[in-house]
Amino acid sequence: MTAVLTRRRFVRDAGGLLIGFSWGAQAQTQEQTQSQPQLTASAASSSASPALPGSLKANPRLDSWIRINADGTVQVQSGKAELGQGVLTALAQIVAEELDVDIARIRISGANTTQGPDERYTYGSQSIELSGSALRQAGAEARAVLVNAAALALKADLSELQVRDGVVRTTGGRQMTYWMLAQQGQASFDMAVRGTARPKSPADYRVVGKPIPRIDLPAKLSGEAAFLQDLRLPGMVHGRVVRPLRYGARLLSVNEAAARRIPGVLAVVRHGSFLGVVARREEQAIRARDVLARSAQWDKLAEPLPDAARLPEYLRKLPSEDTLIAATLQDQPVPAAARRLQASYSRPYLSHASVGPSCSVAVMRAGKMSVWSHSQGVHPLREDLARVLGMQNADVDVMHMAGAGCCGHNGADDVALDAALLARAVEGRPVRVQWMREDEFATSPVGPAMAITVRAGLSAEGRVVDWDYEVWSNTHAMRPGQPGGVNLLAASQMEPAFKPSEPLRIPQPFGDGDRNAVPTYDFPRKRVVNHLLTRTPIRGSSLRTLGGHGNMVATECFMDELATLANADPVKFRLDHLKDPRARAVVEAAAARAGWTGAKGVAGKGRGFAYARYKNIQTYGAAVADVAVDRDTGRVRVERIVMAIDAGRVINADGVRNQIEGGVVQAVSWTLKEHLAFNAESITSRDWASYPVISFSETPEIDIVVIDRPTEAPIGAGEGSLGPASAAVVNAFFNATGRRIRDLPLTPERVKKVLA
Amino acid sequence: MEKYFLMMVNGSARTVRCEPDTPLLYALRNDLALNGPKFGCGLGQCGACSVLLDGKEIRSCVMPVSAVGKAKLTTLEGLAAGKDLHPLQKAFLDEQAAQCGYCTGGMIVAAKALLDGNRNPSLAQVKEALDGHVCRCGTQNRIVKAVMRAAKEMA
Repeated sequence: MTAVLTRRRFVRDAGGLLIGFSWGAQAQTQEQTQSQPQLTASAASSSASPALPGSLKANPRLDSWIRINADGTVQVQSGKAELGQGVLTALAQIVAEELDVDIARIRISGANTTQGPDERYTYGSQSIELSGSALRQAGAEARAVLVNAAALALKADLSELQVRDGVVRTTGGRQMTYWMLAQQGQASFDMAVRGTARPKSPADYRVVGKPIPRIDLPAKLSGEAAFLQDLRLPGMVHGRVVRPLRYGARLLSVNEAAARRIPGVLAVVRHGSFLGVVARREEQAIRARDVLARSAQWDKLAEPLPDAARLPEYLRKLPSEDTLIAATLQDQPVPAAARRLQASYSRPYLSHASVGPSCSVAVMRAGKMSVWSHSQGVHPLREDLARVLGMQNADVDVMHMAGAGCCGHNGADDVALDAALLARAVEGRPVRVQWMREDEFATSPVGPAMAITVRAGLSAEGRVVDWDYEVWSNTHAMRPGQPGGVNLLAASQMEPAFKPSEPLRIPQPFGDGDRNAVPTYDFPRKRVVNHLLTRTPIRGSSLRTLGGHGNMVATECFMDELATLANADPVKFRLDHLKDPRARAVVEAAAARAGWTGAKGVAGKGRGFAYARYKNIQTYGAAVADVAVDRDTGRVRVERIVMAIDAGRVINADGVRNQIEGGVVQAVSWTLKEHLAFNAESITSRDWASYPVISFSETPEIDIVVIDRPTEAPIGAGEGSLGPASAAVVNAFFNATGRRIRDLPLTPERVKKVLA
Repeated sequence: MEKYFLMMVNGSARTVRCEPDTPLLYALRNDLALNGPKFGCGLGQCGACSVLLDGKEIRSCVMPVSAVGKAKLTTLEGLAAGKDLHPLQKAFLDEQAAQCGYCTGGMIVAAKALLDGNRNPSLAQVKEALDGHVCRCGTQNRIVKAVMRAAKEMA
């Protein structure tokens, strides 16, 4: 129903086009403000009207977003990708609302370099903010064009026209439909959006805000070819890659001939240290991969991986670029009477651990490379692929198709280059590459580890009068498309190799490893320092919330420690330091729903609280966690989490809940279980046994309170629950046991040690 | 050496030609163009590839084609009766019990095996039956609710 259009299907469908139509790149601004990646679409353009919202600024052509089909459907093109978060459903709701058509008429496609807007990446819980606000305005503008055309055709006054499901009626009963206008060429979208049409008032919404079922799920739940992994092109063959046990190792030698003798093998491809194989059948490619892997000799890197047990100390000693990101009242002394408190926290490297290993299909034909990918940024990926392949951007196309759920920059982009390199070796044949499970764990970028130290001063009245915060972490932003290098795994292995880019310098309040490092509480005197580590032992990039998770956990656990020192109730202590009414509202809503009393835990059971505003400017979230701790086994069980959320205007009520719920479950999994394991030589998390995640039986009961604010802008939902939920669990552990664990995850070994 | 294998899949006799040790998953996906079973780990750990073999859940990524023999195979595609979705599929849609949906097919198949043997499972039994399945989107609670709902509707 909502499959991303492939080029072939697009050409087929395009036969029915009648409205002036110019999908394509000519109107797109390729120059993006790379220093502020979170702002991409909104900060990108200089020439377009400054009044245009979200991604319209960089993509003002109306027909690059919306077209009316003569068959009674509406084609919508977003530059955002469906990652399982339900974004295409929410965007379809927005267009249906503004155009006044039934949502069943909407056909929506996601990111694609052959057509539609260039919205760079799908990340940061900003799709509704950027693509949604663009489509809201584009929809209103499209409706105005259509209604004006209808007025002309009906020789009627605008004021006597009403629209219902694409039918424009006069009070006298004469009518014209969008589809007829389209067929007769009477309404053209071949224009730049002017920003003059007024979108509907939220009070008039009939579709937006409703829990509309996801439009992509029926196909996915009935076994239709709904995923990139299901794409089968005529003549398609299979590829696999062979990677060293450690990032950066060089291939010294390999017995290629042995692999070529395996039945079905079509090509063994080697570029420097990039090694891959193409075979007729998938299992043949896997067999050849195994044979190559057995004979491959890789050089040993001089520097061993650090001691995982002493990771925070190691991070603090790495070379760093230090930035003072917040400083208030530093010229005044700390009030003398203040009691001082200090604590250090850490979180480990975390794997995306997508349930479906990364996959791509590529074909090289007549000098053009076509790549199907579940990348979060098809345009940046296209540019980097072109660079590595030595081709023009215009000769490389990347079409997004849904992969397995994605928490950020995993192996999706890397495998696209793998597929392209292998496809080049068997021109004319589409090559499908899916990574093996161990490739996904050991070679895709991980969420960087973090170390944090906080010091604070508490007045006699129990107020925080001084806050001093330092965070040590590598960059969480090493995506394709960043300037100054190529962030694709195979590119780093080729001969000559492409260097990775410099880390992005992402300014506050978005932040990188320092996302959410500046507290949102009203602290008079504060100082926050970001130590951006410039060397990394393990390849990292963007994982859900970037550094936000670690910083929200450290801040909220330390607030809990301060509340204990002040002998104050944790909820009241937070409210005493919060003026923002929306922040107070989520804190109060979570406490009320959970029946918070502030009681001390008994018999190994405890309750914890946490609050945060994601990125300091997005989602408000507050959580109450109930845990039970088994002293003998060291196992922590999260029984229930109450989560209150303010995501601004809600587009899809059930979609927001599903996202929040998913974030809570992931937060619990991170907090109790997840950590990338490694020894001196390599990453040793290579399967689900060596990277355990939360199970069905361990999943807590989750109760969500959504504070809908129909008149406020949408401020993102996907990542808002992770920090508060994770910190609330850690605080509940303290409430249950009277002991603090400050290093994640709360494994049985750590629990037993701290309770011994 | 490649051989021909005759298998009963979703009620039809199907033939594939491959090496005897080819994992069943690849035969189902690549030779029979079935999308329900997905590659997740190739190690039998995650359940994305689950199918039913004579009604029992098996991991098709670790079962060789030669081991199937005369057993009847059922994949996600075999659950619906024509255009009518199976009550489990309907319940998953009613509960919107998916985010990405990649792991869901294996879970629906596992739930089918559970409900065929236990028409009235407890919450704990449903969770236990699904514990060997990995979901990374955090949809566990909705999935359990969907299975309970289907059980009620099928009773």
